[in-house]
Amino acid sequence: MTGLSFVFSLVGFGVLAPVIGCLLAGIDRKLTARLQGRVGPPLLQPWYDVRKLIVKQSAQVNSYQAFYVCMSLVLAVLAGAFFFAGGNFLLVVFVLTLSTLFFIIAAYSTRSPYAELGAEREIAQVMSYEPMVILISIAFYFALRTFDTGVVFSLDRPLILSLPLVFVGLLFILTIKLRKSPFDLSYSHHAHQELVKGITTEMSGRTLAMVEVMHWYESILFLGWVGLFLVWGSWFALIPAIIGISAVYFLEVFIDNNFARVKWQSMLKWSWVVTLVCCSLNIVLLYWLG
Amino acid sequence: MSATAKSPWIIHYDASSCNGCDIEVLACLTPLYDVERFGIINTGNPKHADIFLVTGSVNERNGSVLQQIYSQMPEPKVVIACGVCACTGGIFRECYNTLGGIDKAIPVDVYAPGCAVRPEAIIDAVVVGLGVLEQKRVSLASGTLEEASLPSRLTAADKMVADQTVRASALAETIG
Repeated sequence: MTGLSFVFSLVGFGVLAPVIGCLLAGIDRKLTARLQGRVGPPLLQPWYDVRKLIVKQSAQVNSYQAFYVCMSLVLAVLAGAFFFAGGNFLLVVFVLTLSTLFFIIAAYSTRSPYAELGAEREIAQVMSYEPMVILISIAFYFALRTFDTGVVFSLDRPLILSLPLVFVGLLFILTIKLRKSPFDLSYSHHAHQELVKGITTEMSGRTLAMVEVMHWYESILFLGWVGLFLVWGSWFALIPAIIGISAVYFLEVFIDNNFARVKWQSMLKWSWVVTLVCCSLNIVLLYWLG
Repeated sequence: MSATAKSPWIIHYDASSCNGCDIEVLACLTPLYDVERFGIINTGNPKHADIFLVTGSVNERNGSVLQQIYSQMPEPKVVIACGVCACTGGIFRECYNTLGGIDKAIPVDVYAPGCAVRPEAIIDAVVVGLGVLEQKRVSLASGTLEEASLPSRLTAADKMVADQTVRASALAETIG
């Protein structure tokens, strides 16, 4: 990753990701509505929501919550920029984790019982998916002998052929990262729940708008991770990659609509089981096949 | 139409309603009525909400709760009284503990009568409420939005005294 490619990636990701992420969120809501036999909101509904939130009166519990959420957003953008510049995958993972930590601190800073419970559940989510993310990086290194994501564009076959089980594990934690049922414990976009709005309970107006925009950035980044497994060193690779990413996104929406939320214990147990089985088997297979 | 009117998020509070109107409010979210067509989301959080849907009449106990939820909502916000109890007190109006409609506790922008209020009437009230919401957004942007002052004393005794005064004067008029 050169400095120039990073700047290009930062500008490209910073501008394009929210546009595509917003459209994806709109498609998500439309699909969800259709799956439930409803007409659903307009495609640009997430954009209207954010614009509305920006003009709402500012009502903050304290002065630093907005700062923490802002830091979280900035770090999410940086992580995406590192990723799409073909940078070090470990760096992407750590910057993204830092972003999540800022988000958790933002919720804790309010001292609201609902927000605190949401923050605790968010920590449980981080505990669930983080081992998988680290093992993805390790498997990535075993397969390609580098942590640089840019290498996938010089491969002669997609990474999914050497890391099929790791890909399955990634799909599993993607449900947690995209905040979809059954793993939308800390907060979800669906109405009315036992935690009020979980981790975002005390966030309103512009702060909530930042959370929404951060979610768009993160969605694109995670779908980029899916794409990492599907591309190889040819322009043709973009076609199966886009089809694959769309299929994965549809699968996530489908899962979201067909499962009830689980307890955090089940989430932790199953994500660790899937992580251990998928990643260790795949890494052992890689060793065995040489 | 600005984004504010395209994305009204709702919080629903049941102030001593018999649940008739509450079921109709929930019916609005079902595939038959599907209020999400208008970008309406039923959020459980006053800090995220733009429209406050209240069902049922206000009494000494829930008046302060209503006011608390109302004051937690950031401007611009709109209050809709759903059902005849929320509008005027309905059949509970004469009860010893009932103050009357919810406008005794918080300022109401739209009244949707009915017992129970029909989903069509609720959706209609919300759409009327969007106009009010838009006006409030404009006045918030220009800095002319006045904060509503909430009545501090909410006792049914006041209402009873007032009612008795009205009745006494009516009686005096009848007798002559």
